[in-house]
Amino acid sequence: MRSPHNKLQTGPGLPHPVQASAAIRPRPQTTWVRIRRHWQLYLVLLLPLLYLIVFKYVPMAGIVIAFKDYSVIKGIWGSPWVGFKYFEQFFQSPNFWLYIKNTLGISFYGLAVGFPAPIILALALNEIRSGLFKKSVQMISYAPYFISTVIMVSIIIVNLTPHVGMVSKLFEMMGVTQTNFMGMPGLFKSIYVWSDVWQYTGYGAIIYIAALAGVNPELYESARVDGASRIQKIISIDIPSLIPVSVIMLILNLGNIMKLGFEKIYLMQNPLNLATSEVISTYVYKVGLLGSSFSFSAAIGFFNSVVNLILLIAVNYIARKLSSSSLW
Amino acid sequence: MSKTASTTIRESRGDRIFVAMVYVFLSLILIIVAVPLIYILSSSVSSPQAVVSGKVWLFPVDFTLDGYKAVFQNPQIGVGYINSLIYTVVGTAINVTLTIMFGYPLSKRTLYGRHFFMVVLVITMMFDGGLIPYYLVVKNLHLLDTRWAMILPGAMGVIQVIVARTFFQTTIPDELSEAAELDGCSDIRFILSIVLPLSKPIIAVMTLMYAVGHWNAYFDALIFLRSPDLFPLQIILRNVLILNTVDPSMMANVDQVQAQQGLKDLLKYSLIVVASAPVLIIYPFVQKHFVKGVMIGSLKG
Repeated sequence: MRSPHNKLQTGPGLPHPVQASAAIRPRPQTTWVRIRRHWQLYLVLLLPLLYLIVFKYVPMAGIVIAFKDYSVIKGIWGSPWVGFKYFEQFFQSPNFWLYIKNTLGISFYGLAVGFPAPIILALALNEIRSGLFKKSVQMISYAPYFISTVIMVSIIIVNLTPHVGMVSKLFEMMGVTQTNFMGMPGLFKSIYVWSDVWQYTGYGAIIYIAALAGVNPELYESARVDGASRIQKIISIDIPSLIPVSVIMLILNLGNIMKLGFEKIYLMQNPLNLATSEVISTYVYKVGLLGSSFSFSAAIGFFNSVVNLILLIAVNYIARKLSSSSLW
Repeated sequence: MSKTASTTIRESRGDRIFVAMVYVFLSLILIIVAVPLIYILSSSVSSPQAVVSGKVWLFPVDFTLDGYKAVFQNPQIGVGYINSLIYTVVGTAINVTLTIMFGYPLSKRTLYGRHFFMVVLVITMMFDGGLIPYYLVVKNLHLLDTRWAMILPGAMGVIQVIVARTFFQTTIPDELSEAAELDGCSDIRFILSIVLPLSKPIIAVMTLMYAVGHWNAYFDALIFLRSPDLFPLQIILRNVLILNTVDPSMMANVDQVQAQQGLKDLLKYSLIVVASAPVLIIYPFVQKHFVKGVMIGSLKG
C-alpha cells in the first residue's frame, strides 16, 4: 500500500505554479502536483471527513472509558484507570452466559431461516413467466420492508393479542387455549425470526433475482437441448450462479451476528419474556443509559464490537480460502 | 431465456407439475404477506365490538371512521407528524449533500490518497465504539434534546457513499472530467454543472433510502430526546401502540376489560394505517428506484 500520510506532509514546500504543466498529460507528475491540481476535491472531502471523525472515530477513542471509572464530573480524561475491572465484572455476572446464549441463539436461528429464504423466493420467481402475477408477488413481497420497526412490532402484538388478533384467533379455532404468545418466553425467538422473514424476504430477494437475470441464456438453451428437467436446471445452473452473491451476503450477515437489532428486540420485550429476550445490546442500553453505569456498559459494548470484528475477519478469511468471493 | 425457449420445446410432465407447485408456493407467499396488512386495514374501519368479538377477518364489519377521528383528535400525533416531517426533509437534504461530497472524490481514480479515504470510510462499517461513547459525544457537543441530535449523528451512511461512488465511477467517464479540466473548468464547478445533472437517478435512489430511514427511525430519538414537543412520530407510536399493550396484568383478565379495550384497539389499527400511509402511498411509484439502488450497491467497485 502507498502511504499517503508522509507524502501529504512533505508537500507544502513546493509552491510552484503547476497549472501549465498539469494540462500536458504525459509529463510525470509528483505527488504534490497531483494534489495541488485537485485541491478543490480535497476541499469537498473535508466536511464529510469531519463528520466521520466526530461521530465515528471520536466514539472509537471514547472506548477508553471502558477501562476507567468514568464519572460525569471528572470527565473522560480525569477519571481514574481501572484496567479490566468492568470486563471481569461482566464476565462474572450471573447473567453473562444467558445474554450470550440469547444473542447467539436469535442470531443463528435468524441466519438459518433468513439467509436461504430470499434465495428460495428468487429461484421460485425465476421459474414463472413474467406477467401480472409475477409483478404482484414481487411488489407485495417488497412492501413490508418499508414498514418501520415500531409499526412492525405493533403489527406483531396486535396480531398476537388473545381473542382479538388474527393469528391468535386462528390458533383458538384450532383448539389452543393459551394464546398470550408474546408472554411466552419459549416463543420469543420464533416470533422475532419469522416476523423478520415476513418483513425482509421480498426485499432480500431482489439481489438474487438480479443475479439470476444475469445468467447466460445459452446455458439454459444447451441444458434444454440436453433434456434437463427444471429441477436439474436449478441445481446445475441457477444455484451455482448464485454462489458468489450468496457468499458475500452470508459474510455480511455473519459480520452482524453480535449487532443483533436492538430496536426490534427492545420493543418486543415485556416482563414475561425477558428470560429469552434480553440480549447484549438491550442490556447495554439498560445498564448504560437507563442505569447510568457508563463504564460498565461501555465495556460490554466494546467486548461486543471486538467479538463482532473477529467474526467478520474470520468468516471473510474462510470464504476467501473456500471460494473465490470475499469482501476484501 | 428459459421462458422463450419453453414455447419451442414442449415441457415434460414432471416439469409441468413442478411449475404448478411453484405457482402454489408463490400464491401462498402472496397470501401470507398480504393478509395481515389487509386485516389491519379492515379492522381500522370496523366497529370496536366487531373487532373484539373476532368477527373481522378480511372485510370491514360495521363500517366506522371512529378510530381515525380519535387519531386526528390526538394533539400528540399531530406534533409527531410535523416533527418527523422536519427531520426527514432537513436530514435527507444533509445526507444527500454529504454523500455526494464524499462519494464523488472517491470515484476519481486520479485522486491521490483515494485508497486511504476509502479505508477510513470502511473501517467505520466494521468497528464502532458502541452505544455509550456515541451518546457521550452527542452529549459533549451539547446536542442532547435538540433537533440537531436527530440530524447530525447520522448525517452520512457508509453504504450510500459506496453506492454513490460506484455510480459515479461507472457513469461519468474520466475523459469527461479531463476534457472539462483542459477547458479550465474547476472541480467544484464540474460537480455542480456536470456531475449533478448526470446523477439524477442516483440522487433519487439516495433521497428515497435516506428519507425512509428518517421517517422510520426511532432509536436516536429514544436515546437523545427528552422533551415531548421534539418527539418524532415513531416515538409517539411506541408510547401509544406498544407501551400500552404489553402490560401483562391487562392480558390476564382480558375478558373484563374488553369493552374499554375496544376503542383503544381500534385507535391502534387506525394509527398503524395513518403512520405507514406516507411511505406506502409513494411506494408503488418508487419501488423501481429502490430495486435500482440495490443493484448499483451490489456492483463491485
